[in-house]
Amino acid sequence: MAAESVKDVVLSPVFKNNPIALQVLGICSALAVTNSMSVSLVMGLAVIAVTAFSNLFVSLIRQHIPSSIRIIVQMTIIASLVIVVDQVLKAYAYEMSKQLSVFVGLIITNCIVMGRAEAYAMQNGPVMSFLDGIGNGLGYAVILLIVGFFRELFGSGSVFGFTVLTPVQDGGWYVPNGLMLLPPSAFFVIGLIIWVLRSIRTEQVEKTEYRIVANSKAKIKESV
Amino acid sequence: MASNNSIKKTLTVALALCIVCSVVVSTAAVVLQPTQQKNQELDRKSNILQVANLYEPGMDVDDAFDELITSRVIKLETGEYSDRFDPQSYDQFDAASDPATSRTLSGEEDSAGIGREEMYSTVYLVGDDPDDPEQIILPIRGQGLWGLMRGFFAIEGDGNTIIGLSYYDHSETPGLGGEVDNPRWKSKWKGKEIYAEDGMNPDISLVKGGADGEYEVDALSGATLTSRGVTNMLHFWLSESGFGPYLARFHGNSEGA
Repeated sequence: MAAESVKDVVLSPVFKNNPIALQVLGICSALAVTNSMSVSLVMGLAVIAVTAFSNLFVSLIRQHIPSSIRIIVQMTIIASLVIVVDQVLKAYAYEMSKQLSVFVGLIITNCIVMGRAEAYAMQNGPVMSFLDGIGNGLGYAVILLIVGFFRELFGSGSVFGFTVLTPVQDGGWYVPNGLMLLPPSAFFVIGLIIWVLRSIRTEQVEKTEYRIVANSKAKIKESV
Repeated sequence: MASNNSIKKTLTVALALCIVCSVVVSTAAVVLQPTQQKNQELDRKSNILQVANLYEPGMDVDDAFDELITSRVIKLETGEYSDRFDPQSYDQFDAASDPATSRTLSGEEDSAGIGREEMYSTVYLVGDDPDDPEQIILPIRGQGLWGLMRGFFAIEGDGNTIIGLSYYDHSETPGLGGEVDNPRWKSKWKGKEIYAEDGMNPDISLVKGGADGEYEVDALSGATLTSRGVTNMLHFWLSESGFGPYLARFHGNSEGA
């Protein structure tokens, strides 16, 4: 553990150990806020900030956190950071915060943030923890942006708000796929991303935990 | 490390953390509040401009608002302009919760579900003459499905022909009731009329399945309760309890009759 390089800590969560694609954490917000790329980007940045700083602060006081209340301590730190992020967004990106509405507040419940605080920051120094937070936030943001790209492109024919495929209602040829604008479509996109990732990096494929036994045949009673 | 788990240490850590976190959170809230309020104000102004069809992307909202829109305070009961409050600083939501400047609405009358109604309201006018404006923009609010919906309702100078309806603050379900924000639905309001005959009984309503005629607008599909809320709110604010007396002054003005 001690020999981990900075590069590893920051980059491995992006593809090798991605919080969404491998650990399948933080799916809820990934479904909700990815219908356009700009919203995904802001959400990704917010999560990067929260994960990085919560890791930093948890790590700074990790020697003093009583183990009986450690989860509450982590939660308090995370919640405070999320409120600060929410306030900053309201002040400097008002339109965006209106679109993100409740999902900024829900970063508190994002398993990635809490998971990294508990799994990494409690055992590692502040600098590495901070970088680990950035890395994991980045992994989350990357998936969000990929999902957002496909959803926005096929759902409204644009990327970052710029029209790429002119939709029919504006006189173009592209018939927007309404499903892509709805949260369930993110399930399909995330599923496909996981498929692609695991086809490239076969070490990510999980071992089958059990094998389904073939159906046993009913005994035929001979003496009826 | 064992000492970390003593009761004394646990309480100290918990207390210290709470103090530090609350200081951080409240500092952020207090420091950023002016900027946030400015944003809200800007959002409200751009909503007013949008509902009046005067909004263009990239325009300076503050300047355009000052130039195009005149704010006035009216007494709702009589519909007369009043100089009792400064329209720039008058906050009708504050006024609605102050017993001195508001009245309680009783069951039957309170179709919008707002509980208390202020006695004075701000109105926004486009045009130079407050007695013969080009457009009248009224602030309206009422219960939707999940909570209070607040918005603006723009009417032509005849006090009868609708220009548009827009909500700047609501908590309706995205995709269903949240479609009150949908530009295509909002555009259905243009040109509809409020009153079928002289008086203060509004006829405009949302109807399911094929709106027909001047007093009907298509309801939002899948959002029966939101649509009902919108209808109720309009009926309340356009009736005698709301802006009815004020709008009645304009009937017979310029357009329409």
